[in-house]
Amino acid sequence: MPEEREITYRAAIIEALREEMRADPRVIVLGEDVGAAGGVFKQTEGLFAEFGTERVIDTPISESGAFGIAVGAAMTGLRPVFEVMFCDFLTLVMDQLVNQAAKVHYMSNGLLSVPLVLRTTMGTGANLGPQHSQSLYAWTAHVPGLKVVVPSTAYDAKGLYRSALRDDNPVLIFEDRLLYNTKSPIPEEPFAVPFGRCDVKRAGSDITIVAVGRMVHAALAAATRLAEHGLDTEVVDPRSLVPLDVEGLVRSVRKTNRVLVVDGGHRQYGAAAEIAATLSEEAFDWLDAPVTRLAAEDVPIPLSRSLEPLVQPNEMRIAEQAQILMGR
Amino acid sequence: MLQTDGVLDGRGEPDSEPGPSRVLDMYRTMVLIRHFEEGVRSLYAAGLVPGLVHLCSGQEAANVGVIAALKRSDFIASHHRGHGHCIAKGTPLPLLMAEILGRAAGISQGRGGTLHMFDPAVGNLGTNGIVGGGIPLATGAALTAKRLRTGQIAVAFFGDGALNQGLLHECMNMAAIWKLPVVFVCENNGYGEYTAIDTVTAGGSLTARGEVFDIPSHMVDGMDVLAVHAAAVAAVSRARAGEGPSFLICNTYRFSGHHAADKQEYKNKEEVKLWAGKDPILRLAGHLREQGIGQEDLDRMESEAAADVAAAVEFGKRSAEPEPALLRSRVYA
Repeated sequence: MPEEREITYRAAIIEALREEMRADPRVIVLGEDVGAAGGVFKQTEGLFAEFGTERVIDTPISESGAFGIAVGAAMTGLRPVFEVMFCDFLTLVMDQLVNQAAKVHYMSNGLLSVPLVLRTTMGTGANLGPQHSQSLYAWTAHVPGLKVVVPSTAYDAKGLYRSALRDDNPVLIFEDRLLYNTKSPIPEEPFAVPFGRCDVKRAGSDITIVAVGRMVHAALAAATRLAEHGLDTEVVDPRSLVPLDVEGLVRSVRKTNRVLVVDGGHRQYGAAAEIAATLSEEAFDWLDAPVTRLAAEDVPIPLSRSLEPLVQPNEMRIAEQAQILMGR
Repeated sequence: MLQTDGVLDGRGEPDSEPGPSRVLDMYRTMVLIRHFEEGVRSLYAAGLVPGLVHLCSGQEAANVGVIAALKRSDFIASHHRGHGHCIAKGTPLPLLMAEILGRAAGISQGRGGTLHMFDPAVGNLGTNGIVGGGIPLATGAALTAKRLRTGQIAVAFFGDGALNQGLLHECMNMAAIWKLPVVFVCENNGYGEYTAIDTVTAGGSLTARGEVFDIPSHMVDGMDVLAVHAAAVAAVSRARAGEGPSFLICNTYRFSGHHAADKQEYKNKEEVKLWAGKDPILRLAGHLREQGIGQEDLDRMESEAAADVAAAVEFGKRSAEPEPALLRSRVYA
């Protein structure tokens, strides 16, 4: 058995794109600076050199039009991967995304489909301020017709990308920029991680922490801390928010009877709210305490080095909240 | 729906000076669109059409002149006043009428209605409920055609209202830099919803909006199907030759209101009268008579169109409402 290599989240995504672009000439990449520059976060590096201007297309800074063109291309035979540099800029593509891409298959009664991947970046941590630090996946998860994926590890990113690139629906992939340099072991052979299948990142018996994206890592660190206090924490990563693996999440709650949902998006009307409500409905009989949420503060995200870290949940706050939930 | 000379069926190339049978074919299609819209109007008045409906009567020359320059496999993206495009591109009337009535036999089984009628079998990427919404879809279809070297071209239809959408200018820019085989066709009927274009549009020249991107841009008499057709053939040839996009502004008029119930009190009566005198169907009929076509032939086409529309209306009315089970199907592919 060959030894597994470790590669970064960024490299895993590029590898998934390269494999699929080699296998399927209909796959193209579009976005700002994705070509010769290799992406502002180097997240498309090497693709331009291999596939050229026909398949790795630098767009002008015209997100609305360029994304709309990608939607039209997807309706007619291409499989575009469109990059929105920061998810804060989703505002600019929202009409094409919500009113066209998400609905074309339904409105056309299945005559047309939109096999498209919208990849975007998110998260605090680089002091980029209120317009470059948000984590807005909940907006898109609200819209029927879209699939929403939030990979937390290099392994998941690679496998989820393969699924996304072979899906016939518009799939949004939210990549936390602070994860790009994180590594995980990845097989040499291509593999897929299916949507709608959560992953237990750490098994435990006392409390379940459902965490999304980078919050998975904060939850794992919190779990280590909680173990020092004798608490055995299970960390579950939904991996895709739409479709959501309700059954898998309920399975964990049945085991631990307590659940904390940790979300890097805003608390109000957010992903954590949806997951918490779902678990309250579906796992009520197994719950020993109310489902609790820990999410980003409901404030615009400030630039300041002292204020910005207060916005999203971190290891300390997760551990504290877990202990409160345990009645300690 | 255009039948002779067979451009839409791929049996020949369009000519800037179409032969007599081709012109008759355009006439037949324009008459059919007019009758169809009158059929829809009467269904609307009878309370049978769910929601609102936007009629294209008066704009038939712009619809047909352009689509007659296309092949069946070419793409179009239409707008909210798009019944004429759907008919000219070749979707059967009964499927359209049933869709407008929200019935199960409609082209989308009643999920979309007038604003969302798609037919990829004839290259139709849909009418659209968002002003300008079809523009990037057609531009994207042109990207597909270029990338996969299919030889297809795409037409983005939009009204004058969309001239002030940033989306149009973004797409024109990209179509020009990437030399995409797309034709931008503005059907300028003078009104964006209830508001006259000149009250909301700056600049003395509308064609300048294409010229600024080095896109060949022409204004044509949108009530003259032959003029529209000649301009469209040139634009389509350019696109097919890989030379890039073109921009056509067809000056036309909306004989109806923004939607079927709009009383149009904002319109000037003299203006309405002036444009009624430019009716594109009467104009083409005059031309055909000059060419020696008998009135009885024109009358026969008229009655055939009326019969086809009557059959479509009956088909739509007889069609069942969609089953509740349809509600949750095909949200995802």
